[in-house]
Amino acid sequence: MQLTQRAKQVDRRPMNGWEKSYLPAILKGMGITISHFFKKKATIQYPEQKRTFSKVFRGVQILNRDEEGRERCTACGLCAVACPAEAITMEAAERQPGEEHLYREEKYAAKYEINMLRCIFCGYCEEACPKDAIYLSQTFAQANYDRKGFIYKKEDLLIPNPKEDPEAYRRAVGERPVK
Amino acid sequence: MHLLIIDSFYIWEKLILVVFIVTLCMLVAMYATYGERKVAAFLQDRIGPNRAGPFGIFQPLADGGKLFFKEEIIPLASSRTLFVIGPMLAMTTALLTSAVIPWGPALHIKNRNVPFQIADINIGILYIFGVVSLGVYGIMIGGWASNNKFSLLAAIRGASQMISYELAMGLALIALLMLTGSLQMSDIVDHQVHGRWGGFLSWHIVRQPLGFLIFFICALAECNRTPFDLAEAENELNFGYHQEYSSMKLGFYLFAEYINMFISGVVMSTLFLGGYDIPFVNEASWHIDPNWLAVIGFCVLLAKAFFFVFVFMWIRWTVPRFRYDQLMNLGWKKLIPLALLNMIVTAVVVLWMRK
Repeated sequence: MQLTQRAKQVDRRPMNGWEKSYLPAILKGMGITISHFFKKKATIQYPEQKRTFSKVFRGVQILNRDEEGRERCTACGLCAVACPAEAITMEAAERQPGEEHLYREEKYAAKYEINMLRCIFCGYCEEACPKDAIYLSQTFAQANYDRKGFIYKKEDLLIPNPKEDPEAYRRAVGERPVK
Repeated sequence: MHLLIIDSFYIWEKLILVVFIVTLCMLVAMYATYGERKVAAFLQDRIGPNRAGPFGIFQPLADGGKLFFKEEIIPLASSRTLFVIGPMLAMTTALLTSAVIPWGPALHIKNRNVPFQIADINIGILYIFGVVSLGVYGIMIGGWASNNKFSLLAAIRGASQMISYELAMGLALIALLMLTGSLQMSDIVDHQVHGRWGGFLSWHIVRQPLGFLIFFICALAECNRTPFDLAEAENELNFGYHQEYSSMKLGFYLFAEYINMFISGVVMSTLFLGGYDIPFVNEASWHIDPNWLAVIGFCVLLAKAFFFVFVFMWIRWTVPRFRYDQLMNLGWKKLIPLALLNMIVTAVVVLWMRK
């Protein structure tokens, strides 16, 4: 019974004298390697060139703002509950009068931290969020000199304000369609 | 009558030649490391070193600089003197071989015929064999003095491999010597340049294809190149005989390997590919300055040698390492009988032609 079309019958006959000299097999192998010599290389020169990611790429999280530059997060904690790696912690605070231009709802996250050493970039936080406040960007390959630096604070995670710095905001949004 | 004509010009001319050729060997070995990495990368669909300078051409300098600044470690349990002598010997023997190779046609400087060869001794090939078999001491002494069982295993492997393959190599060459009737390197080249058949047909590779093949395989083994790199065998013996070495002593071993590769390429070109001969042209009819002719011949020889170096690398990145018993079987049961057969057939043909 043949399970696949690609199965090849192996020739198990003992080698003849010419084959025993290894030369035909070696020459064949050299033919294969030299054909690769002239092939187009798949290398991407990383820091200068970057590969384009798919629209659903899951990189570092970003905390979203609305069109007026107000933080969307209400510190409901659903992302922290959804997180299988338990990487997210937050502290809520109440919006004071006069802070309406900063926070969209009456409750906001005073402290919001993601431990990037724990995060597995599964994207469950993005799915859990009822306010579209957190999503995974196309940024990746973070680097730091100590472990402490990998605990990203709210300042590290917040997207640039679209009113104050539209250029940086556009870059942070990237190719991803903003909901 | 002077038995030995030595004047100051002679000494200067030889000194300059020695410095030139040693520098050349070093430079070629330096860039052979770069070439090796590039060739390996290209054969594996990669790009290879390209960060240090344009196309990464300063990579060898960076590598050399790194080796120089590394800490020099001599293991306490090693035998100190031999440990230091090992890499020196490997390097010296690698460079010594270049002395008898005719690098090009003779130069004419101030009405003097200056041969482009350090020493045109009449036992050139024997000299090469002698020096090449000394090369095994570099590996043996280094491996033994390290006082490390992997190094020792590598040294034993290297020694037995080199000794077995030298036999087949020598036998393959005897057939060639029957054709030329001389051991002198310049004679062998002349024999091919002014051959009866013209073009490249008078090169020895045409008349001795089997001899060339055997010699080529043995040269691979003598250079410790894959598929015969059992003495290094990074996955079995942790780099074998140079495992305990660091800094420039390690650099010397690695360098010696590349110099050996280059020199064996040159030797093969000289013996089998007509040395500095340019095929299909009669250089004498160009009527140009003989010095330019020497330069062109030299470049042609280099091109042939580089081709061999490339093939060595090409083989290295194609063929996996032989197992030890396969290596010994190939050497003793296949190459030596083949070389003997080749020798006998050549002898019969030479005698028959002469009759």
